[in-house]
Formats: sequence, C-alpha cells, structure tokens
Amino acid sequence: MEKLIMYLGFPFVRYALIVGVLIALCSSLLGVTLVLKRYSYIGDGLSHVAFGALAIATVLNLTNKMIIILPLTILAAILLLKNGNNSKVKGDAAIAMISVGALAFGYLLMNVFPSSANVSGDVCSTLFGSTSILTLTKEEVIICGILSVCVLVVFVLFYNRIFAVTFDENFANAVGTKVNFYNLLIATITAVIIVLAMNLVGSLLISALVIFPALSAMSVIKSFRGVTIFSAASSVICAFIGIIISILGGTPVGSTIVAVDVVMFLICFVIGKVKG
Amino acid sequence: MSVLSAKDLAVGYDHSPVLENINFTIEAGDYFCIVGENGSGKTTLMKTILGLQTPVSGKVEFGEGIEKDSIGYLPQQSDVQRDFPATVYEIVLSGCQNTLGNRFFYSKAQKEMALTNIKRMGILTLKNRCYRELSGGQQQRVLLARALCATQKLLLLDEPVAGLDPQVTEEMYELIEDLNKQGHTIIMISHDIENVKRYATKIFNVTEVV
Repeated sequence: MEKLIMYLGFPFVRYALIVGVLIALCSSLLGVTLVLKRYSYIGDGLSHVAFGALAIATVLNLTNKMIIILPLTILAAILLLKNGNNSKVKGDAAIAMISVGALAFGYLLMNVFPSSANVSGDVCSTLFGSTSILTLTKEEVIICGILSVCVLVVFVLFYNRIFAVTFDENFANAVGTKVNFYNLLIATITAVIIVLAMNLVGSLLISALVIFPALSAMSVIKSFRGVTIFSAASSVICAFIGIIISILGGTPVGSTIVAVDVVMFLICFVIGKVKG
Repeated sequence: MSVLSAKDLAVGYDHSPVLENINFTIEAGDYFCIVGENGSGKTTLMKTILGLQTPVSGKVEFGEGIEKDSIGYLPQQSDVQRDFPATVYEIVLSGCQNTLGNRFFYSKAQKEMALTNIKRMGILTLKNRCYRELSGGQQQRVLLARALCATQKLLLLDEPVAGLDPQVTEEMYELIEDLNKQGHTIIMISHDIENVKRYATKIFNVTEVV
C-alpha cells in the first residue's frame, strides 16, 4: 500500500491511470456495437493499420506522428465498415487482408529505413505497448483526454441511433434513418479509439479492450443499456486494476490489463451460466 | 386513394431483373399480399418498394402523404437479432427513430407510444424481458409493435409467420387482420397462399407475372 501511494506521487503514474481509464471506457462503449455487428476483429485489423501508419511516420521522422496515423486509420475503418457485406471481398477477409498487409509493410519499412539502433525493440514496444504508457507527456494526456471526451459525447448523443442501426440496419434504412452516415460515424470513432489505445496496450492487444468487456457484459446482462453500462464499468475497473498490478509487480502494462479482462470475462461467463 | 403503385417495374440485382412487368396499385385500407415460391423475388420486390434497392427499370410511386415516417416494416429476422441483448421495450421504442428529427433522445410522447403498441400486441408482461429469450411468435409481436411505432398508415410485412407453429400462425394472422380493420394498409409477403386467400383483399402472385 505504501509503495502504491509512493508511486501515485509520480505524475507519469497518474497520467498512465487517467489515460488508461479513459481509453478503457471509450473502447468498451463501442465494443458492444462492434461485437453485435459481427466486427469483433476490426480492432485487430485497424490496430495493424495504425502500426503501418506509425512506421511511415517514423521513417518520415515526423515529430507529431498523429498527423499520419489518425487519418490513415480512419480511412481504413471507413473502407472496412462501409461496404463490409456488399463488396467483392467479404468483411472478414477484407479485415484479414488489410491487417496483415499493413503489419508486413510497417515492419518492412522500419527495417529498411531504421530510425534507431534498436529496431526490434521499437517494434516490440509498438506491438505490445510495453512501457510507452509510462512515458506519456502532459500534451499526450491532454490530447487523449479531449479525444476521449469527444468519443463519449458523440456516443451518448447518438446512443439511440447507434442502437437502432446495430439492431436492425434494414428497418432503420426502410424508415429513413441515414444508416450509411451512422456506420461512417461508428467507423470513425472506432479508428480514433484504436489509435488512442495503441499507447496503452499496443497494437496486438487492442481487440481485447474492445471485445472482452462487451462479452463479459453480454453474458450477464439482458438489456442493451445495461450491457453498455456494465461493459464500460467492467472495462474501467479492469484497466485500473491492471495498471496498479503492473506498477506494483513490474509486469507489462498492456498484457496485464488484458489478463484482468480475461479473468473478468470468465467470472461473468460462469455467473451467466449459473443464473441460466 | 392510392397509397402505392408500381408501373412497369423490374426488380433485381446489378441490372439483371429477377422480376419484370410488375404493375399494381394499392389503395388505402387494402390488405395486399405478394405471394410466390421461395426465391421468386418477393423480398427483392419488398426491398425495392422500401427504397433499400434501386429498381432495374420502371418505378414505385407513393401516394400523397406517404413519407418515410409513415412506413412501418417487419423484416425477416437476421442472425444478429437472434442473440441480441436488448429488452422488448428498447426494441419497440427504436421504432420511433423516424420521428426523432433533429433530437437526440426520445420524447415522453414517443415513450408512451411504444408502451401503447406493446399493449396492443398483448406483450405488456414481456416488456422488460430480453428479446433473445422469447419464442418465435413473441419475437414477431415485438417487431410488429416496433413497426407500429414507425407508422400510422402503411405496414410492410415480410413473411410474418415464417417458422411459427400453426396455432401461433393463426394468432398472428388475426392480429394483422385487426390492424387492417383499424385502418392500416397492409402489404404482406407470404408463400402460404392457402391462408392468405382467407384474409387478403388483393393478391399479387409473382410467379404468374413472369
């Protein structure tokens, strides 16, 4: 406990907690919709695109890498979500293709144009998030805060429409709701969250932040509103516990959070089964 | 008063028509049934009427006063819905989405309308139950209540009795007949020609057109 209080005295630890909780909150909100729309894997695909974009930004030696990462990831999200079910390449294949392609090109770029001496170390920290959350600057925390609040506000305001579009696209379309616009909105928010979450858990584990809280909630709760709230709460709690454990135990932040999420899911799953 | 008419309509995908030479007029208060075998293009026709698909040629014309906010639609169930965590009330309320306008949240009147329609469908006791735990017949009632929230006039029903057992099918038909008597214009797709003959005022058989 004393150790914990001592650690909380460091600003970088507080930053990590703030950013971690915000990202966990945002990703879990969208997670419910993505899982129900059968897009569980989009987090994974987009995070690899973000990794590829990061590689480009690194090679170009940009100081503000977001300028490249965010637009490219949003673009990929829109391409994937927009015509997922009507295009020639089906949804899951399209995600797999873009995901692996971006990962390969990213790694290739980083190797051909190495920007630092330790390429494999860089790559590893991007993929698994290792310690980057503990090296956040104040500016990054502020940017993350602003984007998180935007995501939250948009989600709350459009909650009813997001529900309508998730439950039944055909009905929504038939009665005149602009389904394409809302799909675009969901795609954009997803991309923003993925880019934010890269700092926290790294690009390989982002899917976990998106799907685990949603799946935990769905196995115990029966209303959409309840699922959304439970998912957000469990995600925040897991992220908080995960970060604390990783600080005290010196474990990697990303994988610790995901491990806590997995435990939470197992508990919820068992409770759901027992309750029937 | 004509609610909807099709003129030399051809429907299909990617410019290749599944159904051609479709001509019909639906008057207010009609119980209009589109019948035909599975795969004959009934759903494609319905989607074209709803504007979810563009016609290959010809056109669908709506009568005066029929806008997007006067159409209620009961689609066939999709995989996504079968295990969807949402309560009956949440789903029925989502039928009011076409009258949201520029507002973000549902008004008190809309919430009352959802409740009224839940009562009308006789599923008030299921109001807070989870959709995925309901029987097929109950689920159809929920979707019908939602469609009623979206419209006062025109109801389009795509195979409303598909997969229901005979008794529930009968109840569903009676429910729809009641709605028709209360002034709703019904457009229904079915492959159950025998039963449809007992209720429909007009029958459009797609297999006879081609």
